[in-house]
Amino acid sequence: MIEGQFKVIDDYLCIRMPKEIDHHNAEILTKKVDAYIYGKKVNNIVFDFIDTEFMDSSGIGIIAGRYKKMHYLGGKVFILNAGKQVNRILMLSGIQKYVVFMKD
Amino acid sequence: MQINIKRKIKNWMQLEINAISENEQLARIAVASFITPLNPTLEEMADVKTAVSEAVTNAIIHGYEEQSGTVYIRCRLEGDLLEVEIEDKGKGIEDIEQAMEPMYTTKPEGNRSGMGFSFMEAFMDELEVISIPGDGTTVFMKKKLGTASWLDE
Repeated sequence: MIEGQFKVIDDYLCIRMPKEIDHHNAEILTKKVDAYIYGKKVNNIVFDFIDTEFMDSSGIGIIAGRYKKMHYLGGKVFILNAGKQVNRILMLSGIQKYVVFMKD
Repeated sequence: MQINIKRKIKNWMQLEINAISENEQLARIAVASFITPLNPTLEEMADVKTAVSEAVTNAIIHGYEEQSGTVYIRCRLEGDLLEVEIEDKGKGIEDIEQAMEPMYTTKPEGNRSGMGFSFMEAFMDELEVISIPGDGTTVFMKKKLGTASWLDE
């Protein structure tokens, strides 16, 4: 299982999200993301869903949890390349009001 | 020209899985495969997968609290109606109404969004939850997979 790929540009953490985001890989992913947040000087996060074919409410948990951290630091959370299924989940959860949708 | 003879599909499936998070994917893919003969749309497929994923995750995290156990998945297909039952013999839910409230979670520290039941409700046509504290929880869901039969007519 790919746990997502990470890249830090300035104070932006870019995460290439895995193909499937469920409770199982959300746990691993969250640990890695948090290690980056605390390890590097990150104020903003970009979640890139280019590879993602499936996401359930665990994905919302990851984004909401990271949003709280970034908001506290004065930063933002960005969403990139969300496909149809991911988009529906984001809209339905209400989290779309707190994140910024980026165009590629 | 071949005339398409309409046959009402009647089918069922039962699956028992170990309550570990690795099996969440197996559960949703098994149910998705089960409905494939109906030619569901990608959206219907995604709806069913999401609902199953939520119910099975609840059974593992909340029902069994990530200890050992078995999750029972039963599916029935009658024509274009899918019925799914997901059962655990875990700790059960004290207050179902509260558990079903959007954003309510007993495990906020674990990055849970509290959206599980809301998603099941949104993506399926019917949702019923029966739970006995100490005995376990069963989630009943129904969804009409309308597109295939609509195309047939």
